[in-house]
Amino acid sequence: MIGKTRRVAPALLLAIAALAACGKKPETAPTPEPPPINQDSIDAARARADSIARAEQARRDSLARAQAEADRLRAEHQAALATLTAPIYFEYDSDALSAQASAALDAKLGILNANPDTRIRIAGNTDERGSDEYNLALGQRRAAQAKRYLTQRGIADSRIDVISYGEERPVADGHDESAWSQNRRDEFEITGGGQQLKAAR
Amino acid sequence: MSLRICAAAAAILAAAALPAHAQDTTGQRGVRIGLTYTPGSKPGVVVLPVDGPGGDSVRAIVGRDLDFGDRIEVIDGSGVSQPASGNGAVSYGIWKSLGAAALVQVTLITPSLVRVAVHDVTAKKVAQSRDFPIAADVGSAAWRMDVHGISDEVERWITGVRGIARTRILYVKGGRVYVVDSDGYGERAVTSSGTALAPAWHPDGHHIAYSQLGTSGWNVEVLDLAGGSARPVTATSGGLNTTPAFSPDGQWLVYAHGAENGTDLYAVPAFTGGAARRITLGRGTDNVSPTFSPDGRRIAFTSGRSGHPEVYTADFDGSNMELLTPFNFGDQNYRSNPDWSPDGRSIVFQSQLAGLFQIMTINLRDRSIKQLTSEGANEDPSWAPDGRHVVFTSTRTGVKQLFVLDTESGRSRQLTHSSGSRLSAWSRYLDRAP
Repeated sequence: MIGKTRRVAPALLLAIAALAACGKKPETAPTPEPPPINQDSIDAARARADSIARAEQARRDSLARAQAEADRLRAEHQAALATLTAPIYFEYDSDALSAQASAALDAKLGILNANPDTRIRIAGNTDERGSDEYNLALGQRRAAQAKRYLTQRGIADSRIDVISYGEERPVADGHDESAWSQNRRDEFEITGGGQQLKAAR
Repeated sequence: MSLRICAAAAAILAAAALPAHAQDTTGQRGVRIGLTYTPGSKPGVVVLPVDGPGGDSVRAIVGRDLDFGDRIEVIDGSGVSQPASGNGAVSYGIWKSLGAAALVQVTLITPSLVRVAVHDVTAKKVAQSRDFPIAADVGSAAWRMDVHGISDEVERWITGVRGIARTRILYVKGGRVYVVDSDGYGERAVTSSGTALAPAWHPDGHHIAYSQLGTSGWNVEVLDLAGGSARPVTATSGGLNTTPAFSPDGQWLVYAHGAENGTDLYAVPAFTGGAARRITLGRGTDNVSPTFSPDGRRIAFTSGRSGHPEVYTADFDGSNMELLTPFNFGDQNYRSNPDWSPDGRSIVFQSQLAGLFQIMTINLRDRSIKQLTSEGANEDPSWAPDGRHVVFTSTRTGVKQLFVLDTESGRSRQLTHSSGSRLSAWSRYLDRAP
């Protein structure tokens, strides 16, 4: 996820650098021959200095605006990413979606609709109880259940892959319900088109 | 009764499996040599010291194999002052006083040939003798297997039932498939990297199948243990392809395939792959872990079609399905991982009791259930080819390890000693390469 955010940064930096280069132009212009000293030339010099100051201010404002926009986009991306990749959880030996899981999927639905190029992979996981082999199938069913929820609400089938890790990839190592409940989950990973996520509309 | 049928079946199997060079044997083949010992007890047997290179190892391996077979009481003869070795130097009286019914005498004739004689202590004579070819490189994997083969034949001479020492066990540890000899020696990894699960033997004893995690899901691969690269055989790409099982004739591979509407069993030609034939119609439920009846006509498998996992049986084409494990025992509705016994008469499986899996067998004739384990969590049982021993995963010593249980005596031994070993599969009898 961090890697994907970082990929956004170089583009922004380029834009900022380009703006900076525009603002710098007057400074790099060749200095003209000093004219004979008179009021006109003093006024002209003052006007020139004012003009330089205004350009400098414009440059600063533009940089600040670019920075603010970059910050806003980054925050929007981060929030959308967090929503889209938040795990959902299941009851023991069940692939049924709880109200909480459905609400989380609804939020993901908004993000997926706002970002039509984004593709995801849903990975189903189980707790350590149950047969290792049966749990692979249970994890597959959990992933498929979440995918079905999204595709039935208009997300294209081709945008979502599913995979099961069964009980092979626990996030909590304990052997009690607090660990098991964290491990009975679907994880959501962006597999494409996730460089700059927009918020749900 | 069951023992006698077992013995007869094993003898027939053994006779069919014997390579051509073993035909010129003396005495009776496939029939026990008729030792005298207390009925109902195990015959006492002494493995005499073996002279020559590797002799001590031969004696140790044969003694351990006979002990692990659970049909023979191995008597430690090392304290006896006049150990007999060499032909004609056996003083039977000493051994009889130690309770021995038989002596096993191994003589190294050439680096690649050993003579094995079994002495009947009561009759004071050699009851059976045969020369065995043996790999010349003492201590090598092939040499060890040849010694195991000797143990198995000696066990057959004495008890009428072929031993199971010349077998191997597949299992998973740290995402890789391993193989180990039946006595726990010779462990080696057979897959190099990644995450593999559910290893299974082909009946030829040198091909295996397992499920390997790739970027888009799990695929079933077939690997020749003698070398070469793994071949994917699942036609249904991506998604979940796991729990492979070969048919007894070696022609078919049945596995579980799941995508977005449950997981069902499919069959493909074992080596060529090709169009998958669907076996179960689970309607969105999970159907995994198939195992074949010895005649190849029926399969047993785990299915969640009733709302929780139970063991079912069906014809190979999926018809005539029936629930095998009833709900009215145990305190939790979770039974899975069946393995059909080599004699076809029972199925071993795991059932959850008080939150932990235990190993049980169900008799296919009267549906009687026998619980075999109670200490720790015990899972993934697999029959030895003698239909008497079972290998399984247990947490009884803490982390998951493989154990071997003698279902008749209840005696068990720890097979692996590196943590996280699981999902074991016992091979058939492994015959010597011709």
